[in-house]
Amino acid sequence: MNTSPKAPLLEVRDLVVNFYTRGGVVQASRGVSFQVDYGQTLGIVGESGSGKSVAVQAVMGLIFNPGRIEGGDIFFKGRSLLDPAGKKRVRQVRGKEIAMIFQDPMTSLNPVFTIGTQITEVLRHHLGMTKDQAKKRAMDLLDMVDINAPEKRLKQYPHEMSGGMRQRVMIAMALACEPQLIIADEPTTALDVTIQAQILELLTDLQQRLNVSVILITHDLGVVAQLCHRVAVMYAGRIVEVGDADPVFAAPVHPYTRGLIRATPRLDAVTDRMVSIDGVPPDLISPPKGCAFFPRCDQAGKACSRMQALIALGDDRHVSCWCAAKEVTR
Amino acid sequence: MTPPRTDTLEQALAENRFEWWDSVCELGRELKRDKPGLIGVILITCLVLMAVFAPYIAPHDPAAQDLTARLAPPVWYDKGTWDHMLGTDHLGRDVLSRAIHGARVSLWVGAAVVLCAGGFGVVMGLMAGYLGGRTDAFIMRWIDTQVAFPGLLLALIILAVIGPSLTTVVVVLALNGWMVYGRMTRSAVLSIRQSPYVEAAEVVGCRWPRILFRHILPNLTSPLLTLGILEFARIVLAEAALSFLGLGIQPPATSWGLDVAMGKNYMFMAWWLVTIPGCAIAVTVLAINLVASWLRLISDPQEREKQFARHMAKGMRKNMQAENDKERQPETS
Amino acid sequence: MTGQTLEGRSDQPLVDVRNLSVLFDAGRAGFWGRKRLTVHAVENVSFDIRPGETLGLVGESGSGKSTTGRAILGRVPVSQGHIYFQGKEITHAGKNRVRELSRDMQLVFQDPYASLNPRMKIIDIVAEPLRVHGMVKNTKAAAKEVARLLELVGLPPDAGARYPHAFSGGQRQRVGIARALALKPRFIVADEPVSALDVSIRAQVVNLMQDLQAQFGLSYLFIAHDLAVVRHISHRIAIMYAGNIVELAERHLIYDSPVHPYTRALLSAVPVPDPPVQRARQRITCPGEPPNPLNPPSGCRFQSRCPYVTGTCREKAPELARRRPGQMAACWNC
Repeated sequence: MNTSPKAPLLEVRDLVVNFYTRGGVVQASRGVSFQVDYGQTLGIVGESGSGKSVAVQAVMGLIFNPGRIEGGDIFFKGRSLLDPAGKKRVRQVRGKEIAMIFQDPMTSLNPVFTIGTQITEVLRHHLGMTKDQAKKRAMDLLDMVDINAPEKRLKQYPHEMSGGMRQRVMIAMALACEPQLIIADEPTTALDVTIQAQILELLTDLQQRLNVSVILITHDLGVVAQLCHRVAVMYAGRIVEVGDADPVFAAPVHPYTRGLIRATPRLDAVTDRMVSIDGVPPDLISPPKGCAFFPRCDQAGKACSRMQALIALGDDRHVSCWCAAKEVTR
Repeated sequence: MTPPRTDTLEQALAENRFEWWDSVCELGRELKRDKPGLIGVILITCLVLMAVFAPYIAPHDPAAQDLTARLAPPVWYDKGTWDHMLGTDHLGRDVLSRAIHGARVSLWVGAAVVLCAGGFGVVMGLMAGYLGGRTDAFIMRWIDTQVAFPGLLLALIILAVIGPSLTTVVVVLALNGWMVYGRMTRSAVLSIRQSPYVEAAEVVGCRWPRILFRHILPNLTSPLLTLGILEFARIVLAEAALSFLGLGIQPPATSWGLDVAMGKNYMFMAWWLVTIPGCAIAVTVLAINLVASWLRLISDPQEREKQFARHMAKGMRKNMQAENDKERQPETS
Repeated sequence: MTGQTLEGRSDQPLVDVRNLSVLFDAGRAGFWGRKRLTVHAVENVSFDIRPGETLGLVGESGSGKSTTGRAILGRVPVSQGHIYFQGKEITHAGKNRVRELSRDMQLVFQDPYASLNPRMKIIDIVAEPLRVHGMVKNTKAAAKEVARLLELVGLPPDAGARYPHAFSGGQRQRVGIARALALKPRFIVADEPVSALDVSIRAQVVNLMQDLQAQFGLSYLFIAHDLAVVRHISHRIAIMYAGNIVELAERHLIYDSPVHPYTRALLSAVPVPDPPVQRARQRITCPGEPPNPLNPPSGCRFQSRCPYVTGTCREKAPELARRRPGQMAACWNC
């Protein structure tokens, strides 16, 4: 997969997104770069305000006023998505080749139409199917996401379904055009734990079966552990650590990644007190010049406050921490 | 816990005492960017100043008759004089002075009615929405009944019984207009009372008047302000209509509506008699509506941010670039 | 449980809930509204909380966990059963009694953004309970007390002069805790106090609550929607499903040897942040969704999702019964 000479499916390069608010310019994404290969699942982990959603919203073209993309580029199959000349092509790509699943299915499902109408609408619009073809395909799709009695479900309205069921419908709609990349923005955050487990199981299964690439945005490291091949940890608008999931979880290098893993409560280990990271994330209106984690970091040195580090550790793993640099040279 | 610490809270409170002034300044800056809103605010300010200082501005006594100068045309006609800049009416009264004094009545009636109707309506709506049950049913049915009753008929009955005067006009219009506030407040209260901070106040042991006036009402101010200003425009029109019908302001007092009514008999010989007060009404209502639509925009935080972004993005980007350049220079040198 | 009252005063529960049921009227259905709809929010729930103890109450949305907490605070009318506080019955307390009780029982909210009035300064928010109970006379006394409370929850004293929007989620939750502590209560219902917070902040708030408990001997009813957070703060844990408590046990027993199939499913549903371990884990997913609270099934409420369901489960609802010392479960088959 990594040895193939062709370009990655999606590549985001030095993405800069600013939001112009009355309080000042919020620098939501300060030079974010990542890539997703064919058939790969990338988890982007971060807390609220880390810029993880903004990064994928830029991919989907969902940055609206007061936000602006002010730097960097996004390539899908080697072609830019931000190129103003190719607007029509880009519109085709988004929605057909890249699909998105949102946190709250109720906001993206139209309450006045049955889910059957909404799924067939997508199929007829993007794939030019006839009514009968679309209905048949819609039933297959619902079957694919383990919704039983699809014929009956197609006639239901979103409010007649439970949250978990609605999220399944959203997944079915995302799969409708056989996309090559699915972006899931906190797909299970609004759901109950047992329903979350069902949806995660479904996503794992679908990803393996259809071999699609997935970008999973989440704040829950457990979800990443179950689903993702690669993981990128974001903090204050930057990626602080990126690498294959297993080594990152097994031996996190960046102090923030380490803190996050330790702070995530585990059911399989006994601890009497929860581990916290002291302090609060920085203000993105005037982010610190050097490492953004510097004020909360227990290993910070002199260099940290001045400059941002970016260190390759091999195996496609990158960390932006000076301490890591010391370890590598040692 | 230690004494100096408590001092810091009190110091901080003292320091922040004037922070409301900052938000007023900020509001002013935003107003500058919204041209229609700015025009509306300027017009209203002028109108208010004109009404307050009417005796000093008006060139003549609005009631002084001068039968020798009846129906004099405005100054740009051959027969016009600078003495009566906008002409005179059939009794030789100065049209400009009457228009200036008319603003007093319109604005006073508007303000009084909005305050009375608004105050009563909001209190009723708060009680209906928060107490619910029978109180709610009683107040809402009362409102329904009154809305169903034709307002003009009610006005006629009251005016016929009491006799027309400035106070009666205010009372009549307030009686006719409080229901809007009641309904809007009630629906807003129904949604706000579900919010956790209201529940928090209840859990803490607040009694209902405190919850209503400390927790719910302050969060209703912006929609109520917008409604009040829109109602103000409606009241200005309603007062003019009542006066036009002869049920409002009585001569020798002046009012724009009254002037239009008296001028209509001379419409074909002296068009300015209806046009000048008519324009005054139109400009006032327009100005108020401009301000109201700006207020509605400002009171929606999301819309406010968008508005801000539209205007400021350019300038801020320039600033940021300049700063970046500045930062880069020492590094390179 | 009744036998334990003889063991001395110290063991007397602070809060004692006996066979609590809460039914909500959900309007009417059918033509002319002939059919009455009732939501069975909480049914036949019993537990107690001792002084200085934390009971974790875990359940998914609609399980009745928040309703239970609010019933204790007198905010929800109780349909059946009894609630005792410090040995006195408070089941159908009137308005004034509830107000009086608010000095002893407080609530911490889930959403730190919505639970603070955006138009009030922090000092006014935190001092409000003191003011309405007449415990401070003037602004100066209020400022002094608020500064003390803010320090207690780890906020700088000058925070009082600012409005809520100037604070982050974790800091706002601290303000919420300060407000709850103002009246020096003995018992606090914490309704998912950390679920809206970021992972790195969660621990700060949970640890703060633990410290405050140690300092003041508070009792908590700590409501949560999964088993990850309650582990650290709870002494005992009750699992609720569709209005019933299905398992109530000492903390270590819930995690080490859960009895009820739903508890096991809940434990298995929380993913472990360790890819190899998580991949290798035997996951018990229970298919389907909770029953409709308007029309709960007769018998065990978990029957539709239970892998071990038998005929008995469909006929009769199991009672919460003792399985081993310190562990009770409501299940026919385990």
